[in-house]
Amino acid sequence: MARNRALRITRLLHKGLNLAITRIPSTTHEPLLWEYAESRESTDIVSLDDSYGLYIDGEFRKPKSRNSFTTVNPANEDVLAKVSEAGPADVDDAVSAARAAYENVWGPMSGAERAKYIFRIARMIQERSRELAVLETLDGGKPIKESRDIDLPLVAGHFFYYAGWADKLDYAFPGIKPKPLGVAGQVIPWNFPMLMLAWKVAPALAAGNTVVLKPAETTPLTALLFAELTQEAGLPPGVLNVVTGAGKTGAAVVSHDDVDKVAFTGSTAVGKLIQSQLAGTSKKLTLELGGKGAHVIFEDAPLDQAVEGVINGIFFNQGHVCCAGSRLFVEESIHDRFVDKLKRRLDTLRVGDPMDKNTDIGAINSKEQLDKINELVDAGQSEGAEIFQPDCELPQKGFYFRPTLFTGVSQSHRIAQEEIFGPVLSILSFRTPDEAVEKANNTPYGLSAGIWTTKGSRILWMADRLKAGVVWANTFNKFDPTSPFGGYKESGFGREGGRHGLLAYMDWDEG
Amino acid sequence: MTLAPARTSILPDRITTPTLRTFIRGVTSVDEVGAAERVAALSKRSIKRESKRAALDLIIRMMDLTTLEGKDTPGKVIQLSAKAVRPDPTDPTIPSVAAVCVYPAMVPYVVQATEGTGIHVASVATYFPSGQVDTKLKVQETRDVVAAGADEVDMVIDRGAFLSGEYFKVFDEVRRTKEAAGDAHLKVILETGELETLDNVRRASMLAMAAGADFIKTSTGKVSPAAKLDVTLVMLEAIRDFHDATGVKVGMKPAGGVRTSKDAMKYLLVLNETLGEGWMTPDWFRFGASSLLNDVLMQIRWLETGRYASPDYFTKD
Repeated sequence: MARNRALRITRLLHKGLNLAITRIPSTTHEPLLWEYAESRESTDIVSLDDSYGLYIDGEFRKPKSRNSFTTVNPANEDVLAKVSEAGPADVDDAVSAARAAYENVWGPMSGAERAKYIFRIARMIQERSRELAVLETLDGGKPIKESRDIDLPLVAGHFFYYAGWADKLDYAFPGIKPKPLGVAGQVIPWNFPMLMLAWKVAPALAAGNTVVLKPAETTPLTALLFAELTQEAGLPPGVLNVVTGAGKTGAAVVSHDDVDKVAFTGSTAVGKLIQSQLAGTSKKLTLELGGKGAHVIFEDAPLDQAVEGVINGIFFNQGHVCCAGSRLFVEESIHDRFVDKLKRRLDTLRVGDPMDKNTDIGAINSKEQLDKINELVDAGQSEGAEIFQPDCELPQKGFYFRPTLFTGVSQSHRIAQEEIFGPVLSILSFRTPDEAVEKANNTPYGLSAGIWTTKGSRILWMADRLKAGVVWANTFNKFDPTSPFGGYKESGFGREGGRHGLLAYMDWDEG
Repeated sequence: MTLAPARTSILPDRITTPTLRTFIRGVTSVDEVGAAERVAALSKRSIKRESKRAALDLIIRMMDLTTLEGKDTPGKVIQLSAKAVRPDPTDPTIPSVAAVCVYPAMVPYVVQATEGTGIHVASVATYFPSGQVDTKLKVQETRDVVAAGADEVDMVIDRGAFLSGEYFKVFDEVRRTKEAAGDAHLKVILETGELETLDNVRRASMLAMAAGADFIKTSTGKVSPAAKLDVTLVMLEAIRDFHDATGVKVGMKPAGGVRTSKDAMKYLLVLNETLGEGWMTPDWFRFGASSLLNDVLMQIRWLETGRYASPDYFTKD
């Protein structure tokens, strides 16, 4: 009864409403084609000079060698700047400046005082992180979203972390009284120019050493901007010296008689050369070399997240990552399903201008590297592996490579053995955990590995057996200043990051 | 107990308690950290201005404009229905919403108020929001709302049964509700805020889809948290896997907690990158919301005039 009355009332209301509104028939439902904006980060924040000198003894100098080279933007092949090439005389100057700073200023300084400088540098990196991120992307080709959200925050994090150790070194290793080594010669690669600088410079300075740094020839600009920043921070002259150049300059740094410690990150071939050169000298050495990381996916893994992990593992920074998960081992029972998921995910990756905030995969760092990737991908095809690439357009200019999967790969294929250092994933299958371990370890390298399973005991079982410096479980490519990083076998020795990272820059009296 | 075959090939011909248990335990797991990372990364995409306007229109067309309150009256739902037909009286280019979603007692009023507009009438059923009654009553309520004119039914699963491992009961209720709903579209509310883990969300999604859900829906809006982006991602991935395995397409409805256009855009981004354009229509994706509509209208006004208008310029109902 009450309900009927309500209905009558509302009929009246309804009539009134009908007059007030014009009916709009609902439109046909056509799917929306979604377009992302080309959302370019402005490069105005970076002001580039036409040419750069060497940073020696607290000032930028013209090189005695009188030689220079150009650095280009790999995204469009534009020349960015002319950079000095340091010859033996220049390296000699840099080492002398570092030696003097070590003897007179930085060595005798208390840890608490050193910490103040390093903290100041860390804060300045944070303040200027956008500028550094844009320059990193300009010079190196990595997507701005990575340099902005991953590289630079980690760079600042490393300086903060090691600044905190500078006045606590006596307590870092119980029973050990540490001393700095002296002058550290550091040679870093082009894949993470600022991050590798931070991994090396921050612990060296915190432990009381002075530094001669040689950045990679294709990515020298952020190191030079960093030098300028330390100058503004008032870091005493000679504590940090930056000598730019190619292999010859690097060789001059590592073989200099007055260098006490050599730290190198780069290819295994060059690492071997350095180690043989240093044999018989008293120089300390740490090497962080190549890798062919294994990513192992078990049947019970969280598959959709594993797909993301694999994508991140191999396509992060265009695959220019020494710890990239470039070999994928999938349990046979889910192989096809998993590969289908990967292929579908590959189709949604956005390849292109690294300065676009929506870009997932940016530019290959150099023509040489692009040639090398092409060579190995051709080898993979001629060896009979099946290639898959999404059908995406690449920019006309610049160095780009489509994200690539190889299925049907055998251990004996070159693409399963050699480090490609590009966005190329080799997919293999396995049947049992033992087989997965055996295949994953069947490489001269041993830098990284990933395990995907929901079974906790299997994670520990695998981690015990995988010969890799870092083993990630249900994730990949995670870095933190407090966590040590380094390799097994031909991936090098010595650890960077964490408390372990200090050891590489210290000598000690026991007791 | 056994039932006749489900519509899908992922279950055996005869469904029994053990086969369902095996099915549910065989559903692959979800890594919570990974899911959170994925949605965080997707949220950073930026969208073209032209695409933005189309997306805002789409959000309106995907909306189940909802009022589910104890104090709901015919007057209130009729006014809401008018808003559903014509969200912005000053701008005829703004489309109507997809549906009006109300309690069973309010269905006749919405039916009248939206007659001839193409707007769907959605009713909650199965003793929303708790679902804590006998199955018979739930089925009867479903028949009643359909008879009253609802062409979409939003049911709740029995979360207690799900969490205690009585998958058969959950499955059976969805099946019977689907039968009772007849031609009406069945949306199955998982109430993910009570399932708590993403593993449970994925399992419940699979169970609901296997039992015949046309849509799966996150929440009643009565439990916090309601819709979340990572939960939605996991449900969309379940829909994708279900579609791969059976060829059956299922829709998705996040409900509760989506209040701003910016939030809604993120859901569309996750939808677009997970299921693709085939799902970017009101036939396959809905937002259960009330306050979202006016925020979308404000954003459209801003896109068109370059200025933010005061909330006073937008009608409440």
